[in-house]
Amino acid sequence: MQLARVIGTVVSTVKSDLLEARKLLVIQPLDAKLEKTGKPIVAIDSVGAGDGEVIFWCRGKEASFPFEPLDVPTDCTIVGIVDSVNRV
Amino acid sequence: MILARVVGNVVATQKNDRYEGGRILVVQPIAPDGVDEGPELLALDSVDAGVGDTVIVVREGWSASTSSTGQPGAAIDSAIIGVVDAIEIASES
Repeated sequence: MQLARVIGTVVSTVKSDLLEARKLLVIQPLDAKLEKTGKPIVAIDSVGAGDGEVIFWCRGKEASFPFEPLDVPTDCTIVGIVDSVNRV
Repeated sequence: MILARVVGNVVATQKNDRYEGGRILVVQPIAPDGVDEGPELLALDSVDAGVGDTVIVVREGWSASTSSTGQPGAAIDSAIIGVVDAIEIASES
């Protein structure tokens, strides 16, 4: 999993039926100091995340597990909203 | 698996159910000589690792899910599965 900030929304009309009613968000990956690292990516939300929030996301096949039994096509899903990062 | 150092933790109230009760740690990937490599990532703890420990992190979902929650099928892509006592490199390739 990696930290990221929600920086936008994607609107898509023509899409897989399994993406129907799913929230597609643009997220900017962050390091533990909450500084940008890498390029923005598109993620599906599973926890009610909103614009500007720091979240963590899961990559790969595991990203579709929050939506079981549906096989939602995603390799990047937001699985938690961060209250705080404690970095020593 | 990769080598990493535990550098912190994340607190999250609103999260996927399968993360309940787990410890979400911030780990810094490192080279065998201890030098930082790339950005930090988050991993679920399965071995009671603490800040400052050098650890082994598995970056594959089935293994990460079973080791940290006892069951496969969770939306978890990384888990700490060992605390490193020592790393010995025989020779530079």
